[in-house]
Parts: sequence; structure tokens; C-alpha cells
Amino acid sequence: MFMYHYMQNRFLAFSISKMEDAEKETYSKEQKAPDKDGLLVKQVLEGDYGAFEQLVKRHQSRVFYHAMRFLNRQEDAEDILQDTFLRAFKGLGSFRGDSSFLTWLLKIATNNCLMKLRKSKKMDIVSLDKPVEIDGSELPREIEDWSNNPSDQRLEDETREFLNKAMARLPEDKRMVLVLKDVEGFTNLEISETLGMSVAAVKSRLHRARLAMRDLLSHYFEEREVNYKRNIQ
Amino acid sequence: MKCADILEKISDYLDKELDPSICKEIENHVQDCEPCIAFLNTMRKTVELFNDVGKRETEIPGPVSDKLMNFLKQNVIEKK
Ligand SMILES: [Zn+2]
Repeated sequence: MFMYHYMQNRFLAFSISKMEDAEKETYSKEQKAPDKDGLLVKQVLEGDYGAFEQLVKRHQSRVFYHAMRFLNRQEDAEDILQDTFLRAFKGLGSFRGDSSFLTWLLKIATNNCLMKLRKSKKMDIVSLDKPVEIDGSELPREIEDWSNNPSDQRLEDETREFLNKAMARLPEDKRMVLVLKDVEGFTNLEISETLGMSVAAVKSRLHRARLAMRDLLSHYFEEREVNYKRNIQ
Repeated sequence: MKCADILEKISDYLDKELDPSICKEIENHVQDCEPCIAFLNTMRKTVELFNDVGKRETEIPGPVSDKLMNFLKQNVIEKK
């Protein structure tokens, strides 16, 4: 059994190039969406409000949960949701289709979130869970390899809930970069444009954020393993 | 290439932002370094888990959607 895992890990470590192809496949699945979106945008611009409602229905969940990740409060996320689609409607003529319609929407939503965060900071600081400590870039000697731990087929609800909580503990600037890059699939350049920082700054924040998330996940899987063993005894 | 270099470059490596020659150096090191294999695997898994969060989005709560639709109708159609 140990041998099996060991070999598999070895294999995983060197299958980067194959991974890339797999990733491209999942992304290209998503990129089929813009065709339909593009058509709907055209219809809206021709005055068809029903087409706009279809666009809203297609993307409201993504926009809403995107805002939730940034703001951690449903009331605020609802404001962002409404404002984002209103702005999108008014500015639809400026959608060029360089990026997908969803990316365009999420850029608007992100800007709205940034404005809201700035405003709320003037009044009171949105308190989150204990923020994670970032830094101390030293590789621990003993690293548990939990990469085969969760089921590959389905991201369990529990793990997903944990991921959302973990993200919420990141400092804001790093959380935004992580959400845009790893959750929403923005390119570094798109993130740099959206957040108004250099690509180098994006990369560095992303790296710190991922390291912190890996750390939290290590503890999480370790605990789960312990609980699991306790339960089967 | 040392373990600390792997730690520093791992994100760029996973995102394929590095020159092939540096990738090769990383792979050469990792090949014989148990902690770095575990580190690389878990770091990659971390990224994959977050990728998944975006792909498996939950549906928005019904009342939130209703409110949104009403808001837009009011502000878009009636103000036209
Ligand atoms: Zn090493």
C-alpha cells in the first residue's frame, strides 16, 4: 500500500505536462459559454430585455459567490450583485469580447467590492476569522503528502466549506488574487488590470496565498485523518 | 537548486511561467528529494481544490435571485 502511494506520488510529480492538457480541456469547456453569451449580448443591445434576464440567470450565482468571498457578508454581496448587473447592463456596449462575458462581469464585481471595502474601512473594519500568518518561507523537513486524500471525483461539501473558510482568513490583497486566479481562472495580466497592481506583485501575492492555503489544508487533512482513524477503531 | 529555491519557484512552476531549463533543474532536484515531492504534490492539490471551488458553484438562494430580478426590472425597464 505504501509502495503504491509512493509510486503514484512520483508519477504525479512528473506529470506536469499531462496535467496541462487536462487543464486546458476543462477550460475549453468553459470557453464554450461565451458563444451563447455573445449572442445574448447582441440581442440585449438590440433591445431584448428577456435576453438580459437570461444573462443574469446564467451568471448570478458566480457573481454572488464571488462577492461573498471578498466581503463575507450576504447583505453586502447582494448589493454587489445588483450593482454589478445594473452596471453591466448600462455598459454592455463596451463589452468587446476580448475576455469571456463572465470574466468581464467579475471584473465589474471585483471593482464594486474594492469600492465597498474601502468605504467600510473608513467606518469600521470588517472582522474576519483569525487571519493566517503569512511568511516564514522555509520548507519543513517532514511533509505529509495528503494530495491523494480527498476523493478526486467530487469535491466534498465539507472540504469545500473548509476552503471557503480558509480563504476568508487570508489578508484581503492576497485573498483577492487567489480568488481571481485559482477560483475564477483569470490570467495574471487580467488580475493586474483588475486590481491595479503589477504582474510581479500579483505573482508574489498569489504565491504567498497558496503557501498559506497549503499549510491550512495540511492541518485540515491531518485532523481528518486522525478523526477517521479514531472512528474506525 | 536547493529546497528553498523550489519553495520560492513552485507557483511559477505550476503555472508554467518558468523557462524550460529552470523547470528541468526543479525536476532534477525533486526527483531525489522526498520532502519536495510531497510539497509539490500538496501544493498542486491545493491549487486544484481551489480550481474546483469555482467549477462547482452552488446555486444562488432563490430569494436573492428574485430580489435581483425585481431590482433590475425597476431600474432598467422603468427608467428607460
Ligand atoms: Zn528538496
